[in-house]
Amino acid sequence: MGRVLAALIWLVTLLTVILFVSKRWWFPENIAAHGFSIDSQFTITMLVVAFAFVAAQIGLGYTIWKYRATPEDKKSRATYSHGNNRLEVLWTGITALIFIGLAIMGQRVWASLHFQDAPNRSDNQPAYEIRVVSQQFQWNFHYPGKDKTFGHTDPKLINDGSQNFIGLDDADPNSKDDIIAPTLVIPLNEPVRLVLRSRDVTHSLWIPNMRFKQDTVPGLEIPVHFMATKDGCYEIACAELCGQLHYKMGAKMLVLPDAEHQALVSLSQPEFQKKRDEYLAKYNCK
Amino acid sequence: MAEVEPVQETHAEHGTHAHGEVHRHPAPTGFIRKYIFSVDHKVIGIQYLLLAMFSVFVGLILSILMRVRLTWPTTGLPGLEWFFGPEAAPGGVMNPEVYLALVTMHGTMMVFFVLTTAPQGGFGNYFLPIQIGADDMAFPVLNMLSFWVTFVGLVVLCAAFFVTGGAPTGGWTGYPTLSAVGELLNVPGMGRGTDLWIISIAIFCVASLLGALNFLTTMLNMRARGLSLMRLPLTCWGWFTTAVLALLAFPVLLGGGILLLLDRMAGTSFFVPGGLSNGETLLPHSGGSPILWQHLFWFFGHPEVYIAILPGMGATSHILSTFARKPVFGYRAMVFAMFGIGLLGFFVWGHHMFISGMNPYTAMTFSILTLSIGVPSAVKTFNWLGTLWGGKIRFTTPMLFAIGFVSLFVAGGITGIVLGQTSLDLPMHDTYFVLGHFHLVMGVAAIFGMFAGVYFWFPKMFGRMMSERLGRFHFWITFAGVYAIFIPMHIMGIVGMPRRYAQFTEYKFLETLHPLVVFVTIAVFVTATVQLVFLFNFIWSLFKGEKAGDNPWEATTLEWATTSPPPHDNFAGIPQTVYRGPYEFSVPGAPRDYIMQTEPDPAAQAAPGAINEVQGGNGDGHHNGHDH
Repeated sequence: MGRVLAALIWLVTLLTVILFVSKRWWFPENIAAHGFSIDSQFTITMLVVAFAFVAAQIGLGYTIWKYRATPEDKKSRATYSHGNNRLEVLWTGITALIFIGLAIMGQRVWASLHFQDAPNRSDNQPAYEIRVVSQQFQWNFHYPGKDKTFGHTDPKLINDGSQNFIGLDDADPNSKDDIIAPTLVIPLNEPVRLVLRSRDVTHSLWIPNMRFKQDTVPGLEIPVHFMATKDGCYEIACAELCGQLHYKMGAKMLVLPDAEHQALVSLSQPEFQKKRDEYLAKYNCK
Repeated sequence: MAEVEPVQETHAEHGTHAHGEVHRHPAPTGFIRKYIFSVDHKVIGIQYLLLAMFSVFVGLILSILMRVRLTWPTTGLPGLEWFFGPEAAPGGVMNPEVYLALVTMHGTMMVFFVLTTAPQGGFGNYFLPIQIGADDMAFPVLNMLSFWVTFVGLVVLCAAFFVTGGAPTGGWTGYPTLSAVGELLNVPGMGRGTDLWIISIAIFCVASLLGALNFLTTMLNMRARGLSLMRLPLTCWGWFTTAVLALLAFPVLLGGGILLLLDRMAGTSFFVPGGLSNGETLLPHSGGSPILWQHLFWFFGHPEVYIAILPGMGATSHILSTFARKPVFGYRAMVFAMFGIGLLGFFVWGHHMFISGMNPYTAMTFSILTLSIGVPSAVKTFNWLGTLWGGKIRFTTPMLFAIGFVSLFVAGGITGIVLGQTSLDLPMHDTYFVLGHFHLVMGVAAIFGMFAGVYFWFPKMFGRMMSERLGRFHFWITFAGVYAIFIPMHIMGIVGMPRRYAQFTEYKFLETLHPLVVFVTIAVFVTATVQLVFLFNFIWSLFKGEKAGDNPWEATTLEWATTSPPPHDNFAGIPQTVYRGPYEFSVPGAPRDYIMQTEPDPAAQAAPGAINEVQGGNGDGHHNGHDH
């Protein structure tokens, strides 16, 4: 029985390793500037995980194989030992070093994303800002329009019936050219700053290709920033349970060359929608 | 204090007996006092186990329904329309809110009424007093109350299935503002169902507090003569540490639950900020913070993970040593590792909240503390391997499950070093990677600890052995099955599959995962079906199992020093004396390969005065001095 169990443990371990190493299923393509560091930190961590997992399972299987009681051997006894303090100190020390070392390494990307505000663009202008307002069950992206100034918003003015999902104040002249759309459009190879809000419950902006996730929290304004390194159309999902239609609270993210992006977000709302649909078609994104 | 009649008579007579007469409680004779409102810790332990067994099968059925919905989201199954009713499952297709109700009830049922109840309330209740040589818990009536309060909590939770508006849909974490104002936003299940869900959890918190007080007092005050703290079986240390965690964690959840209920019912705004809209008008709340709930919830929620697993660690150590015929490797290190896990367990809750909007510097602190908790966990694993190393391993069913526990604990726990890193949490948070991780470690490993416990202690509890043949069959399929279910979930998480989705049809990046989704569902069906073998074995063995002797496993601790099942007061009024540590297997020169804790040394037997050298315990051995 000990041999069967050892073999089963090794088989499970082998199949698990194959499943991970084959990468038949793996991360979606990374298009974030910070994503490369995340992916490499993930790889390093997974190597430690794999080593610990495989070593422990092989060791467990080996031990129960080697030290199984056999019917022939009725006389001999187990080794009488209560442990070994030197070994305890050794393995406690080594694990502490590896685990805490990993934790500290993992902070670098985090710090670059969350301890600093968005860096300036290549033309030394501040990063382009988009305001995000989540609601059940859609994403609203608010662009300042041609004047590059956001119109005033007030939750009292929110009215789904008249399509005013974020409470944009029409009385404010800055509102006139603002664009509100269910699509996130960002420039390629330039930092972009998002300010996240929620108007009802907690949602979470999840962009797998950007290796990015952040809750949008009622009552909080959360500024975040990132930079995309490949143009195209990508999927956005909600990653925090927000109600019965949580599973379909999706949106699309368009990454466009900077000039095209600037042109697009300077259009009027109807022109923006038309042009955006053309881009979605171009990138084969329904 | 109200006690049964015969006890008071004995008590009254007690004073007239000659000095040294044993103070005994005769067993109650009425059916209700004996089996329903019993104050006997053994009956209460079995009651807890039965409650958990009911809950685990309900939770299992819920998870099967979840897999059905996820795998065939648009295929109608006529049986489902009948089961859920035409409104919840029109044409046999469950509505998405039904899926969320299944998620919520599965999680709540499993975490509270299985993982918290069976290892501690069940096995702990039954075996802590016996393993320390006591005749009952310190506060038997409180013990009875803690079970019945738990029972009321379960009834209230089950009632949430049937109320108008449907079962709660907010997940077992119940994050506001969804859980606080969901009803105002017309989210199904956010009405009476969610009220009952919160009330049930609040009741459960009270019950756990009562239980925890009892465990701590019992273990510290009622140990047999000679049973010093460092001679306790590791199971006792598992239950003790768990009780400390429960005592400190559950009040915080209770407080949070009450505040959430007030937000829902009394119009307060602890968790709800101003400026929220339902699309037409502003909601009548202002000034609260949804993140406050997450802090309160996870201040409880993370220790809760250890509440679920620590008793399993104790049982695994106990069983590994017994069947490896070898003392536990590094007993002290094992005890201190449990303390370390328990202590650090209170400083890591923030790793559930890296992307919650919490201050990112705080996240960094929590990340480093979180990876530190891997250290005592690794120490435990090393010591388990050390215990097996050099043993003469007997592969009984409990041993198979205990070895399975070690394998699963490593497999599930090790990915914690991925999720504990702030930057890796960005892609992994709330994906199936998290599901795979915590199900393996806190779900399945803990359940393996319980299975090991059932197969190991069944002979003691019921006087009969369980079928080894069925037990082994149960083990092989379950062990392979749980790996087949939860390892692929890690892969799904790497691809980015979010949890709590009623279906995966809306995203292109999830389409490729369909074969894995089907595979996992098949594995669930097989693994779940095999649990019926366990149920059959349990019931069949109650009546037909081979008779067990007092010590069928040739084990060393006090529960094996009494009859199977033990008498009403555990040791028939004979005070126990402990002479040695708990795991004296394969002692060179000893006549057998095990020496029980209660066996005097040959030298001590020869010299009558030697008993005075027995250390620890409470000195006064036979008189437990519990309150009447």
